Amino acid sequence: MASYSTNEFRSGLKIMQDGDPCAIVENEFVKPGKGQAFNRVKIRNLKTGRVVDRTFKSGESVEAADVLDVDMQYLYNDGEFWYFMDQTSFEQLGADAAAIGDSAKWLKEQDICVVTLWNGSPISVTPPNFVVLQITETDPGVRGDTASGGGKPATLETGAVVRVPLFIETGEIIKVDTRSGDYVGRAKEE
Amino acid sequence: MNPSTDWRSDASLEHLQQRANLLTQVRAFFASRGVLEVDTPLLSASGNTDPNIESFVASCVQGQHQFYLHTSPEFPMKRLLAQGIGAIFQICKVFRCDELGRWHNPEFTMLEWYRPAWTYQQLMDEVDALVSQVLNIDAAKRISVQELFEHYLFLNIHQASVNDLRQCALKHGIGLSSSYVENDEIDVWRDLLFTHVVQPKLKDEAAVFIFDFPESQAALAKINKGFPATAMRFELFVKGIELANGYQELTDAEHLKLRMQAENETRLQRGQLPVIMDKHLIAAQHHGLPECSGVALGFDRLLMLQLGIENIRETMSFSINKA
Repeated sequence: MASYSTNEFRSGLKIMQDGDPCAIVENEFVKPGKGQAFNRVKIRNLKTGRVVDRTFKSGESVEAADVLDVDMQYLYNDGEFWYFMDQTSFEQLGADAAAIGDSAKWLKEQDICVVTLWNGSPISVTPPNFVVLQITETDPGVRGDTASGGGKPATLETGAVVRVPLFIETGEIIKVDTRSGDYVGRAKEE
Repeated sequence: MNPSTDWRSDASLEHLQQRANLLTQVRAFFASRGVLEVDTPLLSASGNTDPNIESFVASCVQGQHQFYLHTSPEFPMKRLLAQGIGAIFQICKVFRCDELGRWHNPEFTMLEWYRPAWTYQQLMDEVDALVSQVLNIDAAKRISVQELFEHYLFLNIHQASVNDLRQCALKHGIGLSSSYVENDEIDVWRDLLFTHVVQPKLKDEAAVFIFDFPESQAALAKINKGFPATAMRFELFVKGIELANGYQELTDAEHLKLRMQAENETRLQRGQLPVIMDKHLIAAQHHGLPECSGVALGFDRLLMLQLGIENIRETMSFSINKA
C-alpha cells in the first residue's frame, strides 16, 4: 500500500485518516530545540469537507489515499444520482447526494466540473468557478436605479438563490461566482 | 522548481544588509564585554548523541574518511574552556538533518557563548541585555517550568504521569495521529502540551525566560538536587518563538559519559543509529571544565524577529531548497 512520510507532507497531498480520504491543507514542522519533532497539520476530510488539526510524529508513515480529480461533464440528475461523463473515455458515472452536497445548486447540464474520485467512486464535485444561469424568479426591477447598493434575491434555473442588483429582471442570464455565490454581471448565453 | 527563475535569493537585498548589520551589532556587544570570538571546526570525528537531533555525515568523494558536521559548537568550545581560555563566543553555521519548516533550515546560524564562573541566572541577564537591545523590547519575564504548567494547564509537570498528561492533551482537544496512542515517553507528552497549549499563550509576551526543567530534560545542564530535582536550564521565548537555550553546565566527566551512553541507548530503542561519543570532551572534563554557563541562540530567528518576517528562508542568502 502506498504511503507518505511526514517529510513529504505538503498542501494538497491526499492521505487516509480515520478511514476517510483527506487532503492536507497546511503543514507546519515543529521541533522544540531539545524535544522530538512533529508535524502539525490541518487536514480536510474530502467526504465531509470538515477541517481538523492533527499532529503527526515526524518521520511517521501515513497511508496514501487513492484520490483523483477528474474533469467531467455534468449530464443530468435522475432524482437519486447526478450523472457525469469522462471527456476522454466517455465513461459515465453517478454521484449521490452526499458527494454532490451544496454543489447541486450550481450544476447545469453540459458544464465541466471537477469530480473527485476515491478508489474510483465520486466523493465530491466542484462546479466551475463561474457559471452562467438564467433567472427564473425575482421581484420586478426598478428601472433607472443602478446606484442603489441594496439588491434583491433572485432564484436561478438550478435552484440557487443569489443577490442581484435591483435592475435585473426575471428571464435574464447572469454570471455567478460559485465560490462566493456572488453575482458577477449580466451574461449572454453561450 | 524552475531553474531560470529560482536562482535568486528568497531574502531581499535589504534583509541581507540587515543580516550583516546584526552580525556587526552582536560582535560589538561581545567586544564591549571582553568576550573573545573563537571559531571551532565544523567537521568532527565524533557527533551529538542527542536522540532528537540527527547529524549529517560528510565523507570524501573518494576515500573512506567520514566526519560529522557539527550540530552545535558546544563540545570544542568546552574543550577550550577546560584549557582556561575564559569567556568566549562563536557565530557559526550548524547542521541538523530533516529540520525544515517556517522556523527551521537544516543549515542555520548559531550564536553560542560561555561564561566561566557564572550561574545560569546571571547568563539570563546577559541574554536579556543582548536581545532587548537588538529587538528594542522590554526586559524578559522569568517563570519556572513548574509555574508555567500550573498556570496554563493546572498540573504539576514534575509529578504528572504519562496518563495525566495524555488526559490533559485530550481535554485540550489536541488531535493526535494514531502513533501517539501507544507512546509512553513522558517528555513527548510534556512537549506536546507545551507546544500546543502553552507556547501559543506566550505569543502575546515580548520575551519570557522559562527555567528549571524536569531532570529528564536536562540535556547537558547541571542538576539541582532539590525536591523535585530540576535541570539548571533555561529557554528564551520571544513572541512565542523559541530563541535560545542555556545551561549551567554539567562539569562532571563521568556524568557526561553516562548521559551520552543513555542517549545512545535511547537511539537504539527508537531504531536510530548510535553516534560516536566525543572522547576529547570527556577527557577535557576529566582534566576539569570550570564551573560555567553557556547558551545557544538561533541567529536567523533573531533576525526574523528583528525584521518581523515569518519565514526563515527570507533571512538567509540561500535556504536548503536553493542551496
